[in-house]
Amino acid sequence: MRHLSAALLLAGLAAGCASAGARQTGATEPASQTAPAGRDSTSVDRAQYPSTYRRHPNPSVVIRNATIMTATGQEIQGGSILFREGRIVAVGATVEAPADAVVVDGTGKWVTPGVIDTHSHLGVYAAPGTWAESDGNEATNPVTAEVWAEHSFWPHDPQIPLAIAGGVTTIQALPGSANLIGGRSAVMKLVPGRTVQEMKFPGARYGLKMACGENPKRVYSSRGPSTRMGNMAGYRAAFIQAEQYRRRWDKWNKDHTGDAPQRDLRMESLAEVLRGNIFVQNHCYRADEMVQMLDLAHEFGFRIRSFHHAVEAYKIADILAREGAAVSIWADWWGFKEEAMDGIYENAALVQQAGGRAVIHSDDASGIQRLNQEAAKAMYHGRRAGIQITRDQALRWFTANPAWALGLDSIVGTLEPGKMADVVLWSADPLSVYARALQVYNDGWLVYDRNDPARQPKTDFSIGQQP
Amino acid sequence: MIAFLLAQTIAITGGTVYPVSGPKMDNATVLIRDGRIAAVGTNVAIPAGATRIDAAGKWVTPGLIDGAGNMGLREISAVQNTNEGTLRGNEVAAAFNVAEGINPASTLIPVTRIEGVTTTLAVPGGDLIWGQAVLIDLDGTTIEAMVAKSPVAIVADLSEGAKSAAGGSRAGVAQRLRRVFNDALEYSRRRTDYSRAQMQGLAASAADLEALLPVLRGQLPLMVVANRRSDIETALRIAREYKIRLILAGAAEGWQIADKIAAAGVPVLVQPMDNIPTYDALGVRYENAALLTKGGVKVSLLETQTENSRNLRQQAGNAVAYGMTWEQALRAVTLTPAETFGVADRYGSLEAGKVANVVVWTGDPFEFSTGVEHVFIRGKEIPLRSRQTELMERYRSLPPKY
Repeated sequence: MRHLSAALLLAGLAAGCASAGARQTGATEPASQTAPAGRDSTSVDRAQYPSTYRRHPNPSVVIRNATIMTATGQEIQGGSILFREGRIVAVGATVEAPADAVVVDGTGKWVTPGVIDTHSHLGVYAAPGTWAESDGNEATNPVTAEVWAEHSFWPHDPQIPLAIAGGVTTIQALPGSANLIGGRSAVMKLVPGRTVQEMKFPGARYGLKMACGENPKRVYSSRGPSTRMGNMAGYRAAFIQAEQYRRRWDKWNKDHTGDAPQRDLRMESLAEVLRGNIFVQNHCYRADEMVQMLDLAHEFGFRIRSFHHAVEAYKIADILAREGAAVSIWADWWGFKEEAMDGIYENAALVQQAGGRAVIHSDDASGIQRLNQEAAKAMYHGRRAGIQITRDQALRWFTANPAWALGLDSIVGTLEPGKMADVVLWSADPLSVYARALQVYNDGWLVYDRNDPARQPKTDFSIGQQP
Repeated sequence: MIAFLLAQTIAITGGTVYPVSGPKMDNATVLIRDGRIAAVGTNVAIPAGATRIDAAGKWVTPGLIDGAGNMGLREISAVQNTNEGTLRGNEVAAAFNVAEGINPASTLIPVTRIEGVTTTLAVPGGDLIWGQAVLIDLDGTTIEAMVAKSPVAIVADLSEGAKSAAGGSRAGVAQRLRRVFNDALEYSRRRTDYSRAQMQGLAASAADLEALLPVLRGQLPLMVVANRRSDIETALRIAREYKIRLILAGAAEGWQIADKIAAAGVPVLVQPMDNIPTYDALGVRYENAALLTKGGVKVSLLETQTENSRNLRQQAGNAVAYGMTWEQALRAVTLTPAETFGVADRYGSLEAGKVANVVVWTGDPFEFSTGVEHVFIRGKEIPLRSRQTELMERYRSLPPKY
């Protein structure tokens, strides 16, 4: 449980400045399920839907003689990695392992950090894809900051094991993009679980899904917003309200005089954005609109942690780098709607070249299984255009950089001693089309082994479906 | 100028040539003359005046063929005004040939061909019978200049997508299809009665029934979309009953009955990276293409996203990762689709006499590390430019000037 100390630190930071009924935003300790005692305590003082995640026990593992890509600039030939009790102990050319460690022969194989996807709808748009599983868009109001993706997330989505087999260890499950403000994201460890709580990444912050452009104005065309200027007015109106709500709560938290203000879930999420405790994750395609959103963030004093889709990021790569917003993008999706017409292969490379933080995301239950391939596509096309992207940079696009976009970069995303042991063993160079994940370790647990059917997660849904 | 272009002779020399119709040849020459392949081999005499392309260290293959999508029929899928692939209001649109909906100026065409896909099937969409699919080369300023074969097949749907055209039941879909076929045969026997209005109402318009006759005479294939095993079996059953030349598209659960499909001699089009279960195909899996091939089925690989038809090579690479041999996968994106679409006399391999659709790659076409060096369509070298490469150049240094 050592990694939890880092997680708790994060949670502590979040709790330290939280107030409007969101103190336990990042709560990690199962113990916090116990409500504070006392007749005067109210919902705002109690744990808010805490993670009950527990590391699965696994013997210590040492992978030997593999090519190890650490996502910290190193690619170690014939290297070894040792992890124990969920934590990376050592990575290098020579690693001493305890006698009881399971030895995995990595000859001819590659090792990387677990894959992280900043933009997934697993669990909220689950397979088999009927109305019954369509729980990703609360498209009943343009601003639904009050909804939480974790309350839609279905742990038995049969797409989850497929993503695990693609080497994915952490996802951000987001509400859809129908709304200007779609609700809170759920950051999940991709392990089998009976409940959402068992999968919630301990200590992870919430994200707030916001969406620009065509989707909200299409969905709400009859009631408004029906234009991009209507979209902007909608965000501003919501945050103006949230400023007032935050002031009221901050004041009450300070002096505790009189009645506590009434809780408003919608305002709580937005107030937490204003306090910097919840990260804005902003679906936005066009360059000009992203800069409008940066102005919005400046007006209300929050940061946009990552733009998502951002097919035109390359047009404003300098501005995005200066603003410190990550850019979560596809390698090559384009053309399916007007705001996606200007997508180019070199988007990630140009963002990287400008000093920005590129992330390859999926937004897709199929694509999430091959984020390594998508990053390879983006890297090699960048190189062919003369932009010198290193293999380590391309690896970071689907490991360390998404970890940063989720605020988890001190815990996951690289292979360094002390980090959570989210580790993938690949059959070949992960930037090759022929590579497949052979073993996936999540928090040190062998969650998937391609060569051992007994160690492959299965959902209830899939049971008994095939002859 | 035109005479010069037509008479152009190009020699691609020194490359590793994968003719597909035969074993690979090291340090070989592909000679192109007047839009056709004139010779392929290690001992080809290069005429004086031929344009030489040095392909030393490169790989040379036929242009890839994607048997799916709406290339030319769709600029932006979300913008209805730019979509031409579906004839709305006709559930039995057998006479609907998409050729005149094709836009030779579509920006998707250059985006696709500079990644090595030179030929695609423009497939209509629809309800029960979708219309006639047309094979096009991805170059040409007119529709006539692009069409390689029209029609290639009439497309029908036996998947769950067709149920709305048949009362919401798979059984209804099969029965309605049979009614249409029966009426087409009846119509062909009683044209005079029909013109005198002495027949009961038929299951489709005369034009649509007429269009189905080549299918029912075995002259034109019927391409059937079916994914669930039982739907594939229904397609095989109906094809047997009417002696139809069948092509299966989708075939997600085909791997379960590869032997039956092989025994029926039915070629199959599959998208290898499909593995998300739906109620139409809970048994969908990555190994489908490999298992079908192993079972003796003629498999072509697809990329069904029109705007990313260029990812056909990634589809093929993944088919290899999940069990196809590399040679099988290359054939499945070149010669096998050419055979399936009835154009193997002109397309799909590097052989003398064939249309000169040729790609020079820096390496293995399926690998991301590989780039496209040259693309020839009908013997003409295609500039490696698209709207996307121009956007990249415009924004390579910020801010752009004009």
